[in-house]
Amino acid sequence: MGFSEQIWVQAMCYLGAGLAIGLGALSVALGEGYAAGYAARAVSKSPAMSGAILKNMLIGQAVAESAGIFALVVAMLLAFTDTSGAGLLNGFAYLSAGLCMGLSAMGSGMGSGFPAAEACKGISDNPDTQNMLATNMLIGSALCQTPSIFGMVVSFMLIFMDTTGLSLWPTWAAILGAGICMGLSAIGSGLGSGMPAGTATEGIARQPGAAGALRTNMLIGSAISQTPSIFGMVVAFMLIFMDHSDIPAWPGWAALLAAGISTGLSAIGPGLGNGLVAAEAASGIARVPESQGQVTTTMLIAQTISQSGVIYGFLVSLVLLFMPSAASHNVVAWVIPLSAGLCMGLGGIGPGIGIGIAGAYAVRRVARNVEIAGMLRRVMLVGQAVAESTAIYALIVSLVLLFVI
Amino acid sequence: MAIEGADIVRAAALMGAGLAMGIGAIGPAIGEGFAAGKALEAIGRNPREAGLLTRTMLVGQAVTESTGIYSLVVALLLLFVV
Repeated sequence: MGFSEQIWVQAMCYLGAGLAIGLGALSVALGEGYAAGYAARAVSKSPAMSGAILKNMLIGQAVAESAGIFALVVAMLLAFTDTSGAGLLNGFAYLSAGLCMGLSAMGSGMGSGFPAAEACKGISDNPDTQNMLATNMLIGSALCQTPSIFGMVVSFMLIFMDTTGLSLWPTWAAILGAGICMGLSAIGSGLGSGMPAGTATEGIARQPGAAGALRTNMLIGSAISQTPSIFGMVVAFMLIFMDHSDIPAWPGWAALLAAGISTGLSAIGPGLGNGLVAAEAASGIARVPESQGQVTTTMLIAQTISQSGVIYGFLVSLVLLFMPSAASHNVVAWVIPLSAGLCMGLGGIGPGIGIGIAGAYAVRRVARNVEIAGMLRRVMLVGQAVAESTAIYALIVSLVLLFVI
Repeated sequence: MAIEGADIVRAAALMGAGLAMGIGAIGPAIGEGFAAGKALEAIGRNPREAGLLTRTMLVGQAVTESTGIYSLVVALLLLFVV
């Protein structure tokens, strides 16, 4: 068998390139198609505005495209990387970089489609607001690209990583875990930032007088929706830059991979949940501008609680990263960290979304019935506490796996 | 060192526990959030019945929670009994 190490590195490089642009293109196209669909409907409603609608659609699609361009750049870099002299670790870094970029472009591409679509719709409904709509769309979509930019930064770090002196075991798992963690955690945040941008743009068309309040609310809501992807980036950096040489190869690799999976998966739910709450807050303010103070307070409380899933995921990742483990090739020893990471990662998804749904309804009612805002918030908190319970069960099972078994 | 059959069974039980609780946590939480959301909507429409609506919400959520608790029970069984 004449397989040299370099063949594998080259293969992982190409696989990474394919994953980057394949996953990235998928969602960017969905976002742009969504915008184009709304634009077509808007043109049929007011053909006289077709020029403005078309221009707006193209600008919106161009911003949504940027996530796809990041993915293309990473794919091109990987496809033309010179792999002579690269070790197997570099191969894992290339594969991880591709996966990271592809996954992280998914949320941003689709999310940017929401404000673009709503701006097209708004121009046909209320042509006088077209400049305000375009401005808000641009700010909203630009903010929405942030998670994919985090993904690109981590991809570049992986591609240009210096692996000299690092041992293959268990560093390969840290490298792969970093890409998975950053990529997965960007999905929810990208989509979540797009939702408030969409409803804020829709709100400006309906209620141009509240444009300032809507923009402020959109910025706060979108910024908080980014938090889960920041947790993902922190864990990815820890996996890339920490010294893993003192960790036994077995079962150390499983702990490192699971650390990435735990934060990455558990960030998806809170990102989406935060976006749902912020989206309803923007549409509530557009309907009843006087309710802004109460709506924003309720939104912030609900968003904070929705983060708990990713905070538990982050906690389990830290335990996995820093818990000392004895070298052992026993199958039980390496299944435990993988099981704990998957348990908390998957378990964080549902509560993040569920708490977000409860928060979204609460925010919507607060906007319409400001006088009972206090009572609504109280009931919301009770409902969210119950929805939180399964995340706590998942945390308990993970910690039992890590500390008791 | 040879891997024994008992080790593989034990490992499968532990992985099963993690997956049972992880996947099992997704559904109940989304359902409970939806119940809370709809209850809030109803309270907004009819604030005087807030107490009754909150009670109904909690009963509905308690039933929704059951599959989450089943997952927890199965996970704990797999961890400690099997």
